[in-house]
Amino acid sequence: MKTDFLKFVRKEFLHILRDKRTLLIVLLQPAVMLLLFGFAISTEVNDVRVVVVAPNLTDGVKDAVNRVAANPNFSFCGYISQNEVDDVLRGGDVAAVVVFAADYDRRMMQTALGEPAATPVQIVVDASNTNIASSASAYLQNIIAGTASAQSMFETHLLYNPQMKSAYNFVPGIMGVIFILVCAMMTSVSIVREKEVGTMEVLLVSPVRPMRIIVAKMIPYFAISCVTLAIILLLSRYVLDVPMSGGVGGIVGLSMLYLALALAFGLLISTFASTQVAAWLVSAVVMLMPMVMLSGMLFPIENLPLVLQGVSCIIPARWYIAAVRKMMIEGLPFSAVLHEFAVLCTMLVALVGLSLKKFNDKLE
Amino acid sequence: MKNVIEINNLSKAYGNVQALDSVSFSVARGELFGLIGPDGAGKTTLFRLLTTLIRPDDGMATVEGLDIVHDYRAIREQVGYMPGRFSLYPDLTVEENLNFFAALFGTRVEESYDLVAPIYRQIEPFKKRRAGKLSGGMKQKLALSCALIHRPSVLFLDEPTTGVDAVSRSEFWDMLSELKTKGITILVSTPYMDEARRCDRIALCNEGRIMHIDTPQNIVGGFGGKLYAVAANNMFALLQAARSATGVAECYPFGDTHHLVAVEGFSAELFVSEMQGQMIKNLHIERCEPTIEDVFIKLMQR
Repeated sequence: MKTDFLKFVRKEFLHILRDKRTLLIVLLQPAVMLLLFGFAISTEVNDVRVVVVAPNLTDGVKDAVNRVAANPNFSFCGYISQNEVDDVLRGGDVAAVVVFAADYDRRMMQTALGEPAATPVQIVVDASNTNIASSASAYLQNIIAGTASAQSMFETHLLYNPQMKSAYNFVPGIMGVIFILVCAMMTSVSIVREKEVGTMEVLLVSPVRPMRIIVAKMIPYFAISCVTLAIILLLSRYVLDVPMSGGVGGIVGLSMLYLALALAFGLLISTFASTQVAAWLVSAVVMLMPMVMLSGMLFPIENLPLVLQGVSCIIPARWYIAAVRKMMIEGLPFSAVLHEFAVLCTMLVALVGLSLKKFNDKLE
Repeated sequence: MKNVIEINNLSKAYGNVQALDSVSFSVARGELFGLIGPDGAGKTTLFRLLTTLIRPDDGMATVEGLDIVHDYRAIREQVGYMPGRFSLYPDLTVEENLNFFAALFGTRVEESYDLVAPIYRQIEPFKKRRAGKLSGGMKQKLALSCALIHRPSVLFLDEPTTGVDAVSRSEFWDMLSELKTKGITILVSTPYMDEARRCDRIALCNEGRIMHIDTPQNIVGGFGGKLYAVAANNMFALLQAARSATGVAECYPFGDTHHLVAVEGFSAELFVSEMQGQMIKNLHIERCEPTIEDVFIKLMQR
């Protein structure tokens, strides 16, 4: 019986290896997604074009402008006059304008001495992209205030991701989504394919317990997902420079648990979907959308309305992503994610139980 | 001799559709039993009940003395089943399919090679070809080989000749006769009436009921009434005219002629003159032997 089981596993590997296009997608998709999110889609403020209005080009103003120009986040595009401000912003050539008061030096001096003074600098920002606008204005304020060598009331330290690189944040999110895609979607589709082609009828009429076949089916997908996991971890470490200072072992262990969970999800879907398209739709639309929206992958869970925060608790990706963030980015040891680990374990037991209960060795 | 398959008042409904309506019959050991009927007659439902894939609403049945509801696991050890669509893996080769189904039934191809060889040998030259690339006839042979690989004592074949060319169909029935000599009980369904002659006994079914069970010879012999084949230039006009002619009980299209069921008062001469009166040109009429299809149509008319 043991050799038979290996034959079942071999058959599943053959199915996967002969469907080269799917295999390619499964193996390349994570890399493409990771690199896209890591480099192309960036929420960082880079290369913001800035012009300056300076009625009096004093040393103080020059000093401030030089600091802006030297900053890699901004590119300084020259001086303009006050009445051109509206035009350049409307033209979309620049994203921000810094307007210095004519008596900038005096006003700064008064401010530094603690005397009441009119505002020395105005920042006009094109807020059609709110993300860039808020980051750019905050950053500009810091840079210009810094030139006055005024004592700042606050000192900000950005921990774990000091350069605020968005790739860091996306890696755990992508992992959470990719594994559901590969495991849940592909296993459910491959089980349902047997129903559709009609081979399920013969499988059921055979003396082999269908569960053996199903388990044999999951092994290759688990193996492929492990390859995917390795690709993601290597790319993250060596291309995106994610630190992973908490150790890779915990991340791998937790990911394997999550893979098993995704496989169980796929099995559950296959118990009620009767066509491949239905299985695909359930995995892609019904599961993927809430997962992306509510797992904390794109939007912080704390920002969600309370009801949706509640809903997010039953989404495995939420717990997985949170735990991977802790280990991968904050560099915490495995002991810091025991809570998430326990939640995922409970979910796995519940899902496996439910799909076993729902799995039917009849056709109806 | 004990019956291998015993069916008592078996019923099954899908929603409002009564797929199977109180069906009873039995099949003896070594018998080649045919279920003949059009699509929707309930043939596939009956197969799925007997192979324990679905549960009956009412009635009971046994296969090899095992109840289809309570002993379903034991039945699954013993039967061979070939579903309506050849259930093969299109992306696996001929050889891989056979090996997989052997493993599925806990055996190896070598152990049953003598049984499947007469069939499998015909497709063995193509054993490296993917099953999806086989012709209908070759798929059928492979599916039958797979169903036989564990030496089942009962074979359930659901429309094995549908979608297969005429030569392969005829060869297939030769193979079934061959298997019968090895003591395998075979229940086979087909929508093709001409294949019914190859069975030991047949059940004519329609809309979930069995209309008649007997040997093909008895069924044809019990037709009653004389049968004529008629043809003319305008076949449709002929059909209309013949139905109202003297002594004609029934007239229906049959291949490229019409079959005409004659009762008392009918004579060929009278019919010819009546048709001439109706402006039917080029009329041909000759006696013919009833086929199972004629019996089927007659039973349906009731």
